[in-house]
Amino acid sequence: MSMESLKETFFAECEDLLDALGEGLSAMSDGTADPETVNAIFRAVHSIKGSGGAFGLEDLVGFAHIYENVLDQIRSDTLSVTPAVMKTILRASDVLAALVEEAHAETGQRPDAMDPVLAELKALSSEPVEADDAPASDDFTFEAIPFEAIELEDIPSDGLHSIAFKPKRALYENSHDPVILFMALSELGTLEAECMSSDLPALSDMDPTESYLSWSVTLKGDASAEEVGAVFEFVDGLCDLEIEAVADPVSVEPLEVAVADTRPSEAAHVDDERPANKQRQAPSPLKRPTLRVDPDRVDRLINTVGELIINQAVISQKVVANGIAQNSDLMADLDDYGFLARDIQEGVMAIRAQPVKPLFQRMARIAREAGDATGKEVNFVMEGEMTEIDKSLVERLTDPMTHLVRNAIDHGLETANDRQTAGKSPQGQLRLSAEHRSGHVMITVSDDGRGLNRKKILEKAIERGLVAEDAKLSDAEIDNLLFAPGFSTADKVTNLSGRGVGMDVVLTEIQSMGGRISIRSEPGRGSEFSISLPLTLAVLDGMVVSVDEQTLVLPLSCIIETIRPNPGDIRPLGRNGHVLSIRGAYIPVVNLGSILGLQSGDMIAEKSVLVHIQSGGANPLAIAVDDISDQRQVVMKSLEANYGAIPGVSAATILGDGKVALIVDPDAISKMAVETEDNIRAFELEAEHD
Amino acid sequence: MTTSVLAIDDSATIRALVSHTLENAGFEVTTAVDGQDGVNVFQTRRFDAVITDINMPNMDGFGVISSIRQSDVNQRVPILVLTTESGQGLKDRARAAGATGWIVKPFEDTALVNVLRRVTVGA
Repeated sequence: MSMESLKETFFAECEDLLDALGEGLSAMSDGTADPETVNAIFRAVHSIKGSGGAFGLEDLVGFAHIYENVLDQIRSDTLSVTPAVMKTILRASDVLAALVEEAHAETGQRPDAMDPVLAELKALSSEPVEADDAPASDDFTFEAIPFEAIELEDIPSDGLHSIAFKPKRALYENSHDPVILFMALSELGTLEAECMSSDLPALSDMDPTESYLSWSVTLKGDASAEEVGAVFEFVDGLCDLEIEAVADPVSVEPLEVAVADTRPSEAAHVDDERPANKQRQAPSPLKRPTLRVDPDRVDRLINTVGELIINQAVISQKVVANGIAQNSDLMADLDDYGFLARDIQEGVMAIRAQPVKPLFQRMARIAREAGDATGKEVNFVMEGEMTEIDKSLVERLTDPMTHLVRNAIDHGLETANDRQTAGKSPQGQLRLSAEHRSGHVMITVSDDGRGLNRKKILEKAIERGLVAEDAKLSDAEIDNLLFAPGFSTADKVTNLSGRGVGMDVVLTEIQSMGGRISIRSEPGRGSEFSISLPLTLAVLDGMVVSVDEQTLVLPLSCIIETIRPNPGDIRPLGRNGHVLSIRGAYIPVVNLGSILGLQSGDMIAEKSVLVHIQSGGANPLAIAVDDISDQRQVVMKSLEANYGAIPGVSAATILGDGKVALIVDPDAISKMAVETEDNIRAFELEAEHD
Repeated sequence: MTTSVLAIDDSATIRALVSHTLENAGFEVTTAVDGQDGVNVFQTRRFDAVITDINMPNMDGFGVISSIRQSDVNQRVPILVLTTESGQGLKDRARAAGATGWIVKPFEDTALVNVLRRVTVGA
């Protein structure tokens, strides 16, 4: 195992621990601190500290140390959890997460909030803190281990220690061995040991577990008293021990005296009951064992199961084609086969499923930060956090969700004053919820703030040339302008929700996961952003279309509507271009066949169906196809792994009849269409010059 | 014969680090994820040494030590405590429970190996 993979283990573990920390803290945030929760929180921070030290992450370890001290005080009831304390330990968990993140990214930076939070923690901590604001990592040092080998040069002969050593029974019970101690001593100098066996009873009286032997040892060399003492550190109390530094190396007298002195004391032989230490914790409810599996293996399994399902469909079709009746036994068995295959598929998907809770907890952190930054009071509520979705989706949702949460707090929620004026409670509510709904997961981010200002949105969209000045738009159409590329720019960039990305990026990201996002808003009552996602990335909701005798699949998530154009709706533009007139606006029409290179000429007029799509940041587009044959879930098969990347195609799938169909990448098609459009304009410009 | 070590720690990182270090030094390492797991695994075979963390769920390190020292098998096995704590009070408690030695995290690879070699002399 390389250092790198050890580090990855560490960061993966940190993620789990931070989740556990967040979970514990949110359980605590109502002011009740049950011991098991506090223990779990403490342990999470403690483990991060313990492991972080191994990688020399000083800031992280130093911070975790102070944090842990404060948590320990809570654990031992010497610090009560007031709202202020709660706030500090919540903020500390944010800083800790940031420290882990920065250690992972190796930015070498300290999170901005680290120093102020550290100061707050130190103020709470009962551990003495230096007056100056030294880096946290200086606050404690690690102790060298007692057995540490010491490099010896030539042994100087002037020092001499005489050691009288009589082990007690407990010393052996703790698995110590005098020989081992002598070996450690011999690294400090030249050792002479004499064993005294005069206490040995007759064999018949001997208790094999009792300690009868004692030693008289002389150590020559200039080891310090501390060094010699350190060897015996861990047997302290488990033996009678007397160490004496002797000035004159020649004299042996004092040694014998010393030995003689010790011996009577051991006569009062303790029947050494180990201070019974039954610190065994009451077993807490057992955590169910988990299994960590390489995601690639699960992916392979998912792929194979996908093929199994396709295979079942192929067999069914063939059986029907061979004239076997639908109600025959064979068909019933085949149906069972299909059900079983789907059960397996669900089971395999469940392996990759993960509750959205960690994601929501991360959002709670973001919400706290955003609330702090804007000075707004935010009551964060989550619902359905145990809803499970594909692990890869959890990760990819982080950025869009962060954006939505920040937006909701920055733009949605009003200040406490404004809220009171509007007759609302001063504390704004931000609600995250997740639920399964017919094969999809719905995740919503809602606030009870002022709602979208549609007048302003429309004004801005007109100003930016996104809609015509006289356009009549429905509320929903206005709301959706938020997602239009080029809508959120400049004046919306506050230091909080701005960050240079607009809602169009959120939309792109959600669509790239095969999901959709919609907005509901009511003035004065709040806004709700709903994200609907497929349960897994391996299966896609698609529309099966035919183009030039080829079967292609369009992802449903990008389709706005399908249109059967009337004659005259499609008008030519430039030499090869066409536009579709739709509700007073014009959108470019592209021939899917020619973009993918299936045919040479542009025969848009002959195409009977147009599919109106909008993908991510791109402008809407109408795709001309010959026919729409089906709407179904397809199992995605990567082309790149088996064949090579094809522009405009994201993957392939096998349909029920065993035919391979390419899955169209609407994003790429939009880009390719723009290129053609540019060409058209270029042609037009040339024509003007002529 | 290879010296076999049981490493008990709730941190996956520490388990990986300890295994990595000791396996490179020629030890055979078995890991357990918490105190209770450690005590269970301990019963399954003969170990030449045990390394345990203190702060763990489902029985802490003190519990592990007491329980090994009271077990019917191999109760005299050397037990090293590997922890971030370095307070004298905790050391005394560990000693009283029956620990053989104390190693503070983060540990030096050579130090850990040396200590283990020492306590497993003759194993």
